Amino acid sequence: MADQALDLSAFRDVQRLAYQCAETIAAELKPGMTEREVAAQMKDWLLARGVNDWFHQPFAWFGERTAFRGFVGFRHLGGFNPAFYPTWKRLEPGMAFILDVAPSLNGISADIGYSGALGGNAIVDRIMDDLLDYRELILGMVRERRHLSEVSQAVDRLCARQGYEPRHKAYPFEVLAHRVEMLKPDEKAHTSVMHFGLRNLTALGRDMLRGKREGWSPLWSSNAASDHPPTPGLWAVEPHLGFRGITGAKFEELLLVTKDGARWLDDDVPHVRRWMERGLWPVKKSQAA
Amino acid sequence: MAKRKTGTSRAEAPMPQPRTLRRGDVELAVYEWPTTAESAPVVLLVHGYPDSASVWRHVAPLLAGHCRVVAYDVRGAGHSTHPNHTAAYALEELVADMAAVVDDISPDAKVHLVAHDWGSIQGWEAVTTQPLAARIASYTCFSGPSLDHAGYWIAQRLRHASPAALSQLGRQLAHSWYVGAFHFPGVFPTMWKAGLDHAWPQLLAKLERVQTEASETQRADGVDGIKLYRANFRQRLSSPSERYTNVPVQLLWPRHDHFMVPEIWDDLPRWVSRLWRRDVDAGHWLQLSHPQLVADYVTEFVHFIETGKESAGLKRAGHRAAAMGKPDAGKLVVITGAGSGIGRETALLYAERGAEVVAVDVDEAAAQRTAELAELLGGMAWARAADVGSTKDMETLATWVRKELGTPDIVVNNAGIGMAGSVLDTSVADWEKILHVNLWGVIHGSRLFAQQMVASKNHGHIVNVSSGLAFFPSPMTPAYATTKAAVRMLTECLRAELGGKGIGVSAVYPGVVNTGIVSRTRFVGTTDVEQQRRQSKVQRLYERRNLKPEAVAAAIVDAVEHDRPEVLVGVETVGIRTLSRLSPALWRRLARSNIGM
Repeated sequence: MADQALDLSAFRDVQRLAYQCAETIAAELKPGMTEREVAAQMKDWLLARGVNDWFHQPFAWFGERTAFRGFVGFRHLGGFNPAFYPTWKRLEPGMAFILDVAPSLNGISADIGYSGALGGNAIVDRIMDDLLDYRELILGMVRERRHLSEVSQAVDRLCARQGYEPRHKAYPFEVLAHRVEMLKPDEKAHTSVMHFGLRNLTALGRDMLRGKREGWSPLWSSNAASDHPPTPGLWAVEPHLGFRGITGAKFEELLLVTKDGARWLDDDVPHVRRWMERGLWPVKKSQAA
Repeated sequence: MAKRKTGTSRAEAPMPQPRTLRRGDVELAVYEWPTTAESAPVVLLVHGYPDSASVWRHVAPLLAGHCRVVAYDVRGAGHSTHPNHTAAYALEELVADMAAVVDDISPDAKVHLVAHDWGSIQGWEAVTTQPLAARIASYTCFSGPSLDHAGYWIAQRLRHASPAALSQLGRQLAHSWYVGAFHFPGVFPTMWKAGLDHAWPQLLAKLERVQTEASETQRADGVDGIKLYRANFRQRLSSPSERYTNVPVQLLWPRHDHFMVPEIWDDLPRWVSRLWRRDVDAGHWLQLSHPQLVADYVTEFVHFIETGKESAGLKRAGHRAAAMGKPDAGKLVVITGAGSGIGRETALLYAERGAEVVAVDVDEAAAQRTAELAELLGGMAWARAADVGSTKDMETLATWVRKELGTPDIVVNNAGIGMAGSVLDTSVADWEKILHVNLWGVIHGSRLFAQQMVASKNHGHIVNVSSGLAFFPSPMTPAYATTKAAVRMLTECLRAELGGKGIGVSAVYPGVVNTGIVSRTRFVGTTDVEQQRRQSKVQRLYERRNLKPEAVAAAIVDAVEHDRPEVLVGVETVGIRTLSRLSPALWRRLARSNIGM
């Protein structure tokens, strides 16, 4: 990244656009809508605002699908799980939902996850509150330059302590986070294969090859491949917590890792604003994980 | 908590002089107990069949300190008119009588209704019929459902026609045999006249273990009250109407009511918007067997309705009502080691099934977390810190549970720690540590709570969590396996001892279950580095096996539901158990092999 300051603000703008999309569509959710309808609405909304490529196209999960029940347990098609794709499941009052989208705009990508419930849902509220601990834990450990697998294992332990299941383990390669790279800037529309943007996948593949040589992995998980110090760059971090297979929630946003530090790209994101409203953020030092 | 006494005889409590209230051609005998609290809330007591207002004579004086207490003889009972025509006993007439009494005793303020049996059937009619419902501040009822609700209950089960639904229906019909018998002309009236009236107190003493005195109107009450059934049952049960109420209802449910199955109340939340439910270890005539308890519950409910201050007991009663219809609604479950793994899963499963859960763990924060999660699932839960191996901690826990919540219905002794390494490497301190938690914990939990269950004549259940390793001798985990084998024998002995007392005892034997136990397992005779290496190696084995704590929680629920002596969880446990029986020689040879640890 040649001009870091400029790039960062561009990444932040795309992340904000993606969150704006999720918030707008979430505000208009109605009982009876299907996951496919909602995912399509998100796609149209973003295309209308200049998005011309994807890391992945929008996903929407409703009800117990937010907890990914049964997604873990066997190696789904070599780490690729078709259960991600939006289905005809219909939204009902009180149901949890997750909207997840990763748009690219002129070569700049973001990857966000937005959780909520239609009306009130005490379990979603609780998980959303608890997700703050994960955001603090991950940032704190990365700043301490702890190996990424250690950070992911600490997330697993926090899940066990809080009574959740780490559902991000149902993602391809069980990732807690993955790298996001800058693509060649242009305004052409680019190809996606099975909802995933070809250029972003290629960049990830290049990272994997390079990482293999240099001893790091662009796929951050609890596994041995992530047993290395934090690699500088942008990481889309996505802790996803499930409770008893009935309800789940996550956030996803970009973490900037530099040679000697780290910070969240943007603190003005919906889940942080929610914690502020509930008096949980900023976290007092004594309470930090 | 009120003292619960059964079967004690007490001195005759006098009835106040009745005054007469006339409605149409019926005269009602109305009794008011003297009170110093003239401006206090009014409580109206309505009796059932074959009783008269005198059935309240023990409860009424206990209430009179806090309330104005009024009772009356329903038409066809006691000193009220006994109309001849069956039609005169229709619910519409009975409720009109009640409205007349309410207007007479409390023209302005609402009254708190307390009713039993047939009085309770009238009470339901009253709280679902305007304008009378608007005159009722609260309704405490026991042992009598609304006939219309019962009509829907029966129709729904007939429509559903599942074996479970039909069995509920069949059992309720078996409990209600007398209702059918009452419709045969002549039979019961003749029995009352032939001396059943004189035998009634002895009959009650024998069958229901309650002491009552012969009443001078018993024969007439018995004969004429049959008309209540004849005038109402057929029509209400066959073509019920939808009856809803917003009046706050406190349901007292005597667990050993011979005339009612508990499921009869399952659909009540559909009809009642504000409901509390209290379970009592008693039979049908709660006001005779437990007058103090009834008085306490009524006083507490009246106080809450008048002031809005909900006591802890009523909060529990509210939760019990909300859980109605769930399989373990109204049950109290104590679980040790509930801060993680199998214990936490079991606590959450029971919470989902409507039970009230006491989560016990040596780590208070972990227990607290489990209780919070249980509440998220709509359960009611408490967290208690205790070292299960400590006599003092466990005695404190058992006393607290009994005093605050009552005798538990289910106790799961689950807390345990792991230990690996040979017998020779295991130090005395290590042995003491693991015996303290794994064996003493189960001894204390079994002993203390079994004592409570025996004392309260409760039909309780104790589940001890052993391990598949209880069947597997090996040089790898001798200390752990020894404690778990001891738990096995303790459980079998306890089952032999308590089986005849109606208390179930089960052992559950989990296999390689992926919980946090490995990270807390001590590998004796190793360095720290070696310990870590072995821990992560074993952890990987556990992860590959991926048997979930949920499976054990489900096995525990299954053990209780079917009173199973033992439940094996996981193919590895079944395999090793089978081998130990089929070929002890091969089993011992396997024991000598060191499976990579």
